[in-house]
Amino acid sequence: MKNVRILGRNFRDGFKNVFRNFSLSFASISCITITLLVVAVALIGSLNVENFTKLISDDFTIVAFVKNDASTEDEEKIEAKLNKIGNIESITFVSKADTKKEMMESSETFKGIMSAWEEEENPLSDAYQIKVKDIEKIEKTAEKVKNIDNIEIVKYGEGMVDSMVSIFDLIKKVLIVIVIALVIVTAFLIVNTIKITIFSRQKEIEIKRLVGASNFSIKQPFVIEGLIIGLLGSIVPIIATIYGYNYLYNYTGGVIFSQFIRLIKPFPFVFYASVVLLVIGVVVGMIGSNRAVKKYLKI
Amino acid sequence: MDFIILKDVTKTYPTGVTAVSGLDLTIKKGDFAFIIGASGSGKSTLIKMLYREEKPTSGEILIGGVRVEKLKNRKVYKLRRKLGIVFQDFKLLPKLTAYENVAFALEMYGLTKDEIRDKTLKALDLVGLKDKAKSFPDELSGGEQQRVSIARAIVNSPKLLICDEPTGNLDPEMSMEVMKALEVINELGTTILVVTHDRDIVNKMKKRVIKLDQGRVVTDSEKGTYTVNEKR
Ligand SMILES: Nc1ncnc2c1ncn2[C@@H]1O[C@H](COP(=O)(O)OP(=O)(O)OP(=O)(O)O)[C@@H](O)[C@H]1O
Ligand SMILES: [Mg+2]
Repeated sequence: MKNVRILGRNFRDGFKNVFRNFSLSFASISCITITLLVVAVALIGSLNVENFTKLISDDFTIVAFVKNDASTEDEEKIEAKLNKIGNIESITFVSKADTKKEMMESSETFKGIMSAWEEEENPLSDAYQIKVKDIEKIEKTAEKVKNIDNIEIVKYGEGMVDSMVSIFDLIKKVLIVIVIALVIVTAFLIVNTIKITIFSRQKEIEIKRLVGASNFSIKQPFVIEGLIIGLLGSIVPIIATIYGYNYLYNYTGGVIFSQFIRLIKPFPFVFYASVVLLVIGVVVGMIGSNRAVKKYLKI
Repeated sequence: MDFIILKDVTKTYPTGVTAVSGLDLTIKKGDFAFIIGASGSGKSTLIKMLYREEKPTSGEILIGGVRVEKLKNRKVYKLRRKLGIVFQDFKLLPKLTAYENVAFALEMYGLTKDEIRDKTLKALDLVGLKDKAKSFPDELSGGEQQRVSIARAIVNSPKLLICDEPTGNLDPEMSMEVMKALEVINELGTTILVVTHDRDIVNKMKKRVIKLDQGRVVTDSEKGTYTVNEKR
């Protein structure tokens, strides 16, 4: 109960500090706001990218063709080897007869030509459709498949999808770097804000020490000040996230570029994102103030 | 019944100055003692060691059975809650009223509003300032300000009250006001140590007088006086 009262008092104090040096607090709050806005974009962006990648890779398979002179035993060996390669979600065998049938159904021209072929004359190849688990490792997996005896050609992906994934990946990395830089600048600004408060309250701190305030309770109002700055700084980004993402989703109808690329549904996604923003804001605020307190409050 | 015991206490500052050297002293519970001596004789250093603002270089300091010099930094606040400290410059917060300045300490301890009010008003009453509770420091005379700071020092009913030149900034009349307040507090059982240069006060009060010179006790007399050869 005692500690609750002290905490309550220190919260009041922290609030007072924020507003007493408001121009300075405002700089820190704005900085957190900007940082969190970028974080919000980065977060929503990268989570959606993750989602796209998953959606794309659902249809993302390696096709391995079997040499025409391979026997049934050879094919059994191939299957055994395929099963030993890691990163494979599923393997589907497509015989050349199946392929022929499918092609004949897809076009009249093919039908005309192919209907003349006898069973043994079919020049097409048996094939395996291999779905991978991790799309980023598809190249390695394809390489392994290629090295299996009696496998002739390996095809995977379409160039477009491939480069899209790497562009998404690059965007993600750039965003992360920007966010880290912004977080550092913000923390630095908060250190300075709290430092000024500490300087303007040195007499108070001295008296607190003399009357027997514990170090913890001397530090607490300053850390709370940082927390409040973080809290205030995350308001605008959270509102922007909730309304902005909803607007984007409704405006685009949930799809961009193509039907494959679907945005994550706004609910409850925006709430998770908001919680992340709030936590980042508060943590950055508290880390900044904690540093300042340690540095300038020689206790 | 020795409340404060100093055994062979020496304090040498990092600058090489030895402010207190081989000092032995005991203070009984309920004592009222003046500490006098020329400027630089080590009076402030001595009392700073009592409230653990400074640590002795060697020797032992016991207050109520606690080895003060052995206290860990983060435990010092526990000692400070059991003592009151008063300074020449009052150390009041200008934006707080007399009441708030006194209540300040108790708020740090997390007492309830009611407890804070009772204790604060009692302390202000004891120094004769109950009717000035709502005044800000700049609306009070020096003597009144000092009495507010005494009220703050005793609000948590400490066993020991330490004052470093409490009347240093006050004229004789105000000084006597402050001394009377201290006497009342002493009669209620609080041990009081007063560092002072004020000859009149020492002579009028007729209390124990401990005189320091170059960091040692040179005279220590019950009902003593400010000795004549002491010129400052
Ligand atoms: N923090 C410090 N660092 C270095 N030397 C100090 C420090 N504080 C005091 N001294 C030195 O220690 C000696 C005793 O100082 P102290 O303040 O205890 O004297 P004092 O008796 O209180 O003097 P005054 O009557 O002028 O207040 C002096 O020589 C002073 O210069
Ligand atoms: Mg002194």
